[in-house]
Amino acid sequence: MNGPDVIMELRSRFGDHDLTPQTTQDGLPTIWVPKEKVHGVLRYLNCEAIRPYRTLYDLTAIDERVREHRQDQPDSDFTAVYHLLSYERNEDIRIKVALKGEYPSIPTATDIWPSADWYEREVWDMFGIKVEGHPNLRRILMPPLWKGHPLRKEHPARRTEMGTFHLPVKKDEAEEQALKFRPEDWGMTGLRDGVEMMYLNLGPHHAGTHGILRIILVLDGEEIADAVLDIGFHHRGAEKMGERQSWHTFIPYTDRIDYMSGVLNNFPYVLAVEKLAGIEVPDRAKVIRVMMSELFRIISHLVYYGTFAQDIGQLSPVFFTFSDRERAFDIVQAVCGGRMHPSWFRIGGVAQDLPNGWDSIMRDFLRYLPARLDEYDKIVMQNAIIKARTKDVGVITLDKAIEWGVTGPNLRACGFEWDFRKKRPYSGYEQFEFDIPTGTRGDCYDRVAVRVEEMRQSMRIIEQCIENMPAGPYKSDHRLATPPLKDNHTMYDIETLITHFLNVSWGPVVPPGEAAFGVEGAKGNNTYYLVSDGNTTSYRTRIRTPSFAHLQTVPMMTRGLEIADLIAIIASIDFVLGDVDR
Amino acid sequence: MNIILPLAIIAGVLLFLTVMSAGLIWLERRLLALWQDRYGPNRVGPFGLLQVIADMIKILSKEDWIPPFADKTVFVIAPAIIMISAFMSFAIVPFAPGIVIADINIGVLFFLAMSSLGVYSVVLAGWASASKYSLLGGMRAAAQMVSYEVFMGLSLMGVVALTGSFSIGEIVEAQRHLWFIVPQFAGFLIFFMAGVAETHRLPFDLPESENELVAGFHTEYSGMKFGMFFVGEYVGITLISALITTLFFGGWLGPWLPPVVWFLIKTFIFICLFILLRASFPRPRYDQLMFLAWKIMLPLSLLNIVITGAIVLATSK
Repeated sequence: MNGPDVIMELRSRFGDHDLTPQTTQDGLPTIWVPKEKVHGVLRYLNCEAIRPYRTLYDLTAIDERVREHRQDQPDSDFTAVYHLLSYERNEDIRIKVALKGEYPSIPTATDIWPSADWYEREVWDMFGIKVEGHPNLRRILMPPLWKGHPLRKEHPARRTEMGTFHLPVKKDEAEEQALKFRPEDWGMTGLRDGVEMMYLNLGPHHAGTHGILRIILVLDGEEIADAVLDIGFHHRGAEKMGERQSWHTFIPYTDRIDYMSGVLNNFPYVLAVEKLAGIEVPDRAKVIRVMMSELFRIISHLVYYGTFAQDIGQLSPVFFTFSDRERAFDIVQAVCGGRMHPSWFRIGGVAQDLPNGWDSIMRDFLRYLPARLDEYDKIVMQNAIIKARTKDVGVITLDKAIEWGVTGPNLRACGFEWDFRKKRPYSGYEQFEFDIPTGTRGDCYDRVAVRVEEMRQSMRIIEQCIENMPAGPYKSDHRLATPPLKDNHTMYDIETLITHFLNVSWGPVVPPGEAAFGVEGAKGNNTYYLVSDGNTTSYRTRIRTPSFAHLQTVPMMTRGLEIADLIAIIASIDFVLGDVDR
Repeated sequence: MNIILPLAIIAGVLLFLTVMSAGLIWLERRLLALWQDRYGPNRVGPFGLLQVIADMIKILSKEDWIPPFADKTVFVIAPAIIMISAFMSFAIVPFAPGIVIADINIGVLFFLAMSSLGVYSVVLAGWASASKYSLLGGMRAAAQMVSYEVFMGLSLMGVVALTGSFSIGEIVEAQRHLWFIVPQFAGFLIFFMAGVAETHRLPFDLPESENELVAGFHTEYSGMKFGMFFVGEYVGITLISALITTLFFGGWLGPWLPPVVWFLIKTFIFICLFILLRASFPRPRYDQLMFLAWKIMLPLSLLNIVITGAIVLATSK
């Protein structure tokens, strides 16, 4: 185990008594660092440590004020949680900072990681934790005039708790005024060499932004001098709902985070809950999960592929890929009943066993798709105009990508072979044969090429699933598996009947603890960090999504390019607003 | 003097163009659908043909809205210009021997003059809308159409040199033995590309490019004013197709069938080609478009003139 090494390293360097390790259910090295020392610790881990932690994977907070089970944790009202990732070590570290008081503050980490910018704004927005030294600390997901900080425990979770809603004209106007872009807020003068620039408000409703995203462009002619992203229009408070829904009933909400890739969202969530509950999933369920996840990876990439071509101005491919996706949905429908959002994974397994004849429809699809993909290669990837539009456009170097928390296919497009499925296999991925496609230049073209090849690799995985589907139960017989299997756990005596009844009606009570689980989602690494306080609901649900990190890199990639390039870039990084705003 | 015949021809051409531009909307939607694995409009009437009527009713009965921030006079005039200039160009198109509104001896120049006027429509629309997307679209349109006009004119000079006349009727007659597509293949390619750029259709639809500029120069337009841009665009497509037919593919010439049928068949094929282009091409970037215009197409068309001129000079002696 390398785990304790880094803890020892830190404790010997920064002092034994200040730094308290904590054991968590996911085995991730976790250490409490006092607020005064956290900046030094972060800087050490990023710059000075051998095999450094170069990625700020996630930064969030926990409102600890009503948490009951906090054994061997320092006293804290709010806790800031830094999740760092080291590719050199293939290891993560979680750094926690205990904060005291109603509206505490943390030092900024933007000088270490530029990507901390949005995460720190989110912490301020959601918890009211001030970030000292942040260049522009303002709300990011909530409307600018929102009162309160939603993820604080005293903030209501339901609309009905908030009283009657009124929108007098004055308030309406004030809200509108608050959305107005003021260049001076962002340190902009609006001048370049004494010439006035044009501000173009692209979105929130715009054909090229794939959803309700607002981009404010500072234009010199058609050249983009700067870009400011305004997100949050798609915010649905998924993390807050996680604190209200039972462990089981939160599953459908996860489907709608990255709404293009269905059960791939269920995956990290149920895996994290299973870590907390100590559930071992039977082999058949594991392989079914892998198979359906890979099918949804193909579905998500097909949409991406078509809309990408559409954004370059090619009208037809989007219809082709969508009709392929329909065929894939037919399979999803046959297996799960649902289509886009089947919410089909369960704590401890999947919802049902596979239907009769599942293998033949799956094989039909595997026979059908390769020829179509070859055709798309000809009309899209080998098209001279597409190449001219996307090669060497929107380049992100590997160093920058790591620094900005870029993951998944976008990271691999920079030429770095990193995939959770290979490096940290889960759910039996280590038993499958498949390759990790990589690019070389990290430009728009490579990002597409990597995903196209990934579809072929996903087909390989599905084929192996069909060939080697193990027999056995589709759900664990652990007592916390939800809904519990009936044969072992009920109808024997009154005790098992009551347990079953409670597990179904109230939902399971998951033992207290903390666990994070990351999977290779369709768009990048998707991690659910769950805190249980020994209740039927989660105490804190943190969803680390790839799109959030990827979207933050857009201004950097677009400076000096043209509007058409911006559209190509946001089409190529593959984000959905549900995944950004949650 | 018989005044009935010219009037009948004018009425006939106008009717043809109106039906054509409405019918083209249906044709384009059906053809695109065919190439994109879907059905297209197939509910209203036989093969969805009455969709045209439904579209017309919709677009005519829409509220005629002018944004409060727009420059009203120019905003109203702009769509009319493109429609009028496109219709006017058809005056010189010979459908068959004798079926032409005005067989003037500077037919080619008249067409070029009219298509230059079309630029004003797009630029003024972009300007008068007082919206940034429209402005960017108008800017793009101005640069694109002015650049492509230069060698659109030049590309036709080969044909003119071979015929020795600017009259379109004479150009058609000169192709009795050999269509100009053979000696003037380069001229044809250049004219065709310039024609696509002039009508701003994919892959040269940068002034509109909905993924970037929402709808470019006509973002703020709706109702019949928007409809006029559409009519202008479809008449433009018909015009370019008709001109390609007359200038390079022997116009009405052809065996067995009546001349006007030959003309219509050939024109129709090029219209379908326009739609096929839309179904298959992505859109280049603005600077790439300009690069293509000034660094490739312009030298090519000049070279074409020089070579054609040299051959004409050599063979005439």
